[in-house]
Amino acid sequence: MSRKVSRRAVLAGTAAAVAVSRFPSPAVAQAEPFRLGLLTVKTGPLAQGGIQMEQGVLTFLKERNYTMGGRKIDFISADTGGNPAGTKTKAQELVERDKVDVILGPLAAFELYAISDYVKEQKMPTLSLAAADNLTQRQPNPFLLRASATSSQAMHPMGHYAATELKLKRIACISEDFAFGYEQMGGFQAAFQQDGGCVVSKLWPPLVTPDYTPYVAQIADCDGVCQGFAGSNPIRFMKQYSAAGLKYPVVAGETGGDDALLKSYGEEAIGLVSCCPYTLDLPIDANQRFVDAMVKNYDTVPGQYAALLYVNCQVVDAALKTLNGDASDKDKLMTALRGVSLTETPRGPLKFDHLGNIVGTFYIRRIGTEGAKYGLKLWNKTIKTYDNVSQFWTWPEQEFLAHPVYSRDYPPLTKC
Amino acid sequence: MTFWVLLTVNSVTFGGLLFLLSAGFSLIFGLMRIPNLTHGSMFMLGAYLGTTFFSGALGFTVNFWVGAILTGLEVAILGALMERLLLRRLAGQQLAQVLVTLGVSFMVADFCLMGWGGDPISVATPAGLGGFVRVGAAAAPLYRLAIIVIAVIFAIALWLMLERTRLGAMIRAGVDDPQMARVVGIRVSQLFTLVFGLGAGLAGFAGVIGSPILSVYPGLDQDMLPLALVVVILGGTGSLLGSFVGSIIVGFIYNFGQALVPELAYFILFLPMVLVLVLRPQGLFGGQVL
Repeated sequence: MSRKVSRRAVLAGTAAAVAVSRFPSPAVAQAEPFRLGLLTVKTGPLAQGGIQMEQGVLTFLKERNYTMGGRKIDFISADTGGNPAGTKTKAQELVERDKVDVILGPLAAFELYAISDYVKEQKMPTLSLAAADNLTQRQPNPFLLRASATSSQAMHPMGHYAATELKLKRIACISEDFAFGYEQMGGFQAAFQQDGGCVVSKLWPPLVTPDYTPYVAQIADCDGVCQGFAGSNPIRFMKQYSAAGLKYPVVAGETGGDDALLKSYGEEAIGLVSCCPYTLDLPIDANQRFVDAMVKNYDTVPGQYAALLYVNCQVVDAALKTLNGDASDKDKLMTALRGVSLTETPRGPLKFDHLGNIVGTFYIRRIGTEGAKYGLKLWNKTIKTYDNVSQFWTWPEQEFLAHPVYSRDYPPLTKC
Repeated sequence: MTFWVLLTVNSVTFGGLLFLLSAGFSLIFGLMRIPNLTHGSMFMLGAYLGTTFFSGALGFTVNFWVGAILTGLEVAILGALMERLLLRRLAGQQLAQVLVTLGVSFMVADFCLMGWGGDPISVATPAGLGGFVRVGAAAAPLYRLAIIVIAVIFAIALWLMLERTRLGAMIRAGVDDPQMARVVGIRVSQLFTLVFGLGAGLAGFAGVIGSPILSVYPGLDQDMLPLALVVVILGGTGSLLGSFVGSIIVGFIYNFGQALVPELAYFILFLPMVLVLVLRPQGLFGGQVL
């Protein structure tokens, strides 16, 4: 069921009226503000991540006094409601009514799929948070840039770490029954099995599962568990997993170990190892400044959603600088965006590959109580860092792309 | 063996929770002839209100059970007010009433998002119930067993209320034939308010009781409402026994369906509902056809 906010319709009407009355201005690009659009989710079950996305952008804008690369910024935030149809509508509004210069977001893979063709058609540079592997792999979109990660990107190092350092041999995988889950678990399986591990089963509970116990009951014949849950599901899974008396070590992906969940997790999460493109405890100035600003502005620590949107803003800022603020040519802007390479970001150094996906640092962390700050009881402590991780992990690009995209049945389970 | 024990225990406990949720839903459905689509929201609102009692945000913390009962009362009052101020004005227009309950459910969802934020909130298991009972190699969490006990206590209490008190007799009369009940001098409109409040309160109470297992998050309402609907259609509206048996059946189907044939979990969950609607529209124990 979708929730329509009629206030938005009212606003839309008002804005349209204003737009009609506005005098068409001559093409003096620099004098006009740069229009930054955000597709986020502020209502419904995905709202927690979506609200953090907006906070990340606003933290950046506040810090830079609403300027990027010398241009004044007009920021327009749109609530997609977390469904593909809403995302398409809002993307059209941003492009055709608000005339934005770039789009940040959206949050979820199915939202990104819904607007991928549209932004290509409109030549609208889109800095996605959503993971959808194939859009920077086998079906690349020239107007897409991903400074976050593909679904499988963090899971490759996680699989490597589980096999080589945690010395796990047999792992049961469990994740939501949708593309983000398949791609995460596929990536984990490929990397874990390459290093000698074995995935014994893959379980797919529906996105909406109030009680995971029936699935937990199927976890057997293993020495570890890999969970790929997102949103609020990791909280519930870990609780029900530990309530069923299971004690196997658990590893997780970027959404399962997200720092924004630390305040919601209880003791059952202690020992959870996760791999993330961002970590709250990264001891560099760029991150410290960002975290302090988030705590000051919103009284909350950032998770990856806020951090990665802040990084997206830094990328736009850097691209605008190389163009001296002139964003009138969308192809040039896109080339500049893809050429960005930064060292001082809250997630550490980053650059992009020729398909527009990030090559960056990924962090393995373990949840414990030691070192907890900002009033939190639990803390993700970084225990290993993987530098320069590309979406292809250690495989050559050609070889990686020759495989089908990770799915429910790929890679297949093998007897081992 | 472990697998079967764990699933069986879980089926019964989940059924217990569903009973707390759906008993009120069933009574409201039976008496007022409308599916109250705010019922999931009352469950979620209860869960959220509970977290406020336990978090110390009020300046003091409340014992889990006291908090659950207080929350139940709060939500009951809200439910009664809703019936008085909104549904009463639409008396007799069942479609309009259903639409109002749907609208209110959206409003409650946004209110919760505004008040408690989007972060999922996890609730600690009440003191003393954190452990397990070992059944062979399987572990049955104590708290889940406690839910069964609570559900049984409530089932007995509700049964006594319905079967042994004057109020219960009036409610039964209202369910069976509202016109005739009015004729013999029962103030049916007052009953509506009372039953609506009672149902909402039970849902709110269930929300708190469920929160240590389910945690509290936006969207919880939409997760629970369909389950309550299945239970009531299966068991029959207005029938306490129906909701009890329906809850246990749905608990078993839900758990075993997801464990044995996960691809068809939802199909199997809704299949009995479809069969009942086709073959026995009044439900297993219900008196009236929907």
